[in-house]
Amino acid sequence: MPQHTIRRFDEELTQLKEHVLSMGGLVERAIRNAVRAMLEQDEERARKTIDRDAAINALEVQCDEMTRNILVRRQPAAGDLRFIIATIKVVTDLERMGDLAAGIAEGALRLMDSPPKNFSNLEAMGEKVLRQVSRALDALSRGDIELAMTVIEKDRGVDDLYKSMYRETITYMLEDPRAITASLILSNAAKNLERIADHATNIAEMVIYTIQGHDIRHVDHDEATRLLNTDEDD
Amino acid sequence: MTQPGTQAATQATTQADTREAASAANVKEPVKIAIRRLNFFYGDKQVLFDNTLDIAENRVTAFIGPSGCGKSTHIRCYNRMFELYKGHRAEGEILLDGVNILDPRQIPALELRHKVGMIFQKPTPFPMSIFDNIAYGLKLHANLNRADTEARVEKALRGAALWDEVKDKLHQPGTALSGGQQQRLCIARALAIEPEVLLMDEPCSALDPIATSKIEELIDELKQRFTIVIVTHNMQQAARVSDYTAYFYLGKLIEFGETEQLFTQPTKQETEDYITGRFG
Repeated sequence: MPQHTIRRFDEELTQLKEHVLSMGGLVERAIRNAVRAMLEQDEERARKTIDRDAAINALEVQCDEMTRNILVRRQPAAGDLRFIIATIKVVTDLERMGDLAAGIAEGALRLMDSPPKNFSNLEAMGEKVLRQVSRALDALSRGDIELAMTVIEKDRGVDDLYKSMYRETITYMLEDPRAITASLILSNAAKNLERIADHATNIAEMVIYTIQGHDIRHVDHDEATRLLNTDEDD
Repeated sequence: MTQPGTQAATQATTQADTREAASAANVKEPVKIAIRRLNFFYGDKQVLFDNTLDIAENRVTAFIGPSGCGKSTHIRCYNRMFELYKGHRAEGEILLDGVNILDPRQIPALELRHKVGMIFQKPTPFPMSIFDNIAYGLKLHANLNRADTEARVEKALRGAALWDEVKDKLHQPGTALSGGQQQRLCIARALAIEPEVLLMDEPCSALDPIATSKIEELIDELKQRFTIVIVTHNMQQAARVSDYTAYFYLGKLIEFGETEQLFTQPTKQETEDYITGRFG
């Protein structure tokens, strides 16, 4: 795409995108550390994860300021406008993902003294969710529609994993009432991961909106594919 | 040296472009003006190429595009303004309610300009009183007595949202008004003869933001009664006031569509580049 006549506008858009992506990087790290802190009962790692959430929040505020500035000064249209709208939503998703990761880290702290006998599928789920987040951020960075669609398709796998973990933790609680606290914390961590993956899906949907202008939120997968393919036929 | 076949290929592309533009030029509302394959020439130089689109009744259609893209030339065909200049020539069809207005046998210029009023970039009040500025046009088109003329002048000034500001000084010169008021006086003058279509060629480019807002607010009201076509350099203005937008470049209609669609999700890369400021 050619550059804007006003080059400063290009710089502003690039800066904004870089900020969103660094926010994404911090979120990825927070998720990885939160899950690891829980699995390894690593108190220091858990505390650091909680403290670093402030950096994610600060970036959200910065991104919002930058989008506000671009809206006021540049009156973006078409693809630029869609990018700005998507960014406003994506940073909100990322900020929530950061909070959810910090929530897992808080759970890790509460588990320090009495960890559960086993962590069920937490490790596998953490990895799966991280892959989803990383795909969503790559799709955002490259404007990759196919990758964004992959994120949307694979969200069901995360949901299934969460459901099975939920059932498993209930079994632990039924078997041994002393395991109730730990199982609840574990189950909450799984819930947070599942919601993080939902936010990754939202980001993927915004990538598609930015590139193609189709709003595929709340439509089923087949309909989304149909919408996306209509363009290719033209 | 031209490669054999290149010209044919270019011609085929042009035809395909035209067909595409024509099929995209549909509007949801009844069509007030149907423009079909409009070509325009300044002497030997062709400046409009196969423009085909529909202007929806009681809607605002905005024409945008860089300077020299032919948007003003295009709308000046709607009232045959070009006839005033030697060597200017239009081909194709412009059907106003089904009548080809490019054909003087079908509609004389005076009757056409009664139906299709025009507002220009710079306010053009006549060097006479506010009242006479409006009454003058009326005298050309209707034979009215004094009381009827007064009623029509008041109605026109109210229609142009100017009445309250000038009702106590109707006999002062029109040229003594502010720029924004002068432009609304010109709109009132156009409204007085009760046209069906209002053409506005950059009506706000000489006005400050407040006067511009007043004209835009007025456009919104006027579309209840008239079909409005506005040429503007200001893309935000096109986005604010129009229901449909047409993007012109080098005499060709590149894209035509509902304004919201065109400004959020244009289908042509050229339109995207222009409205996002990546042009030139």
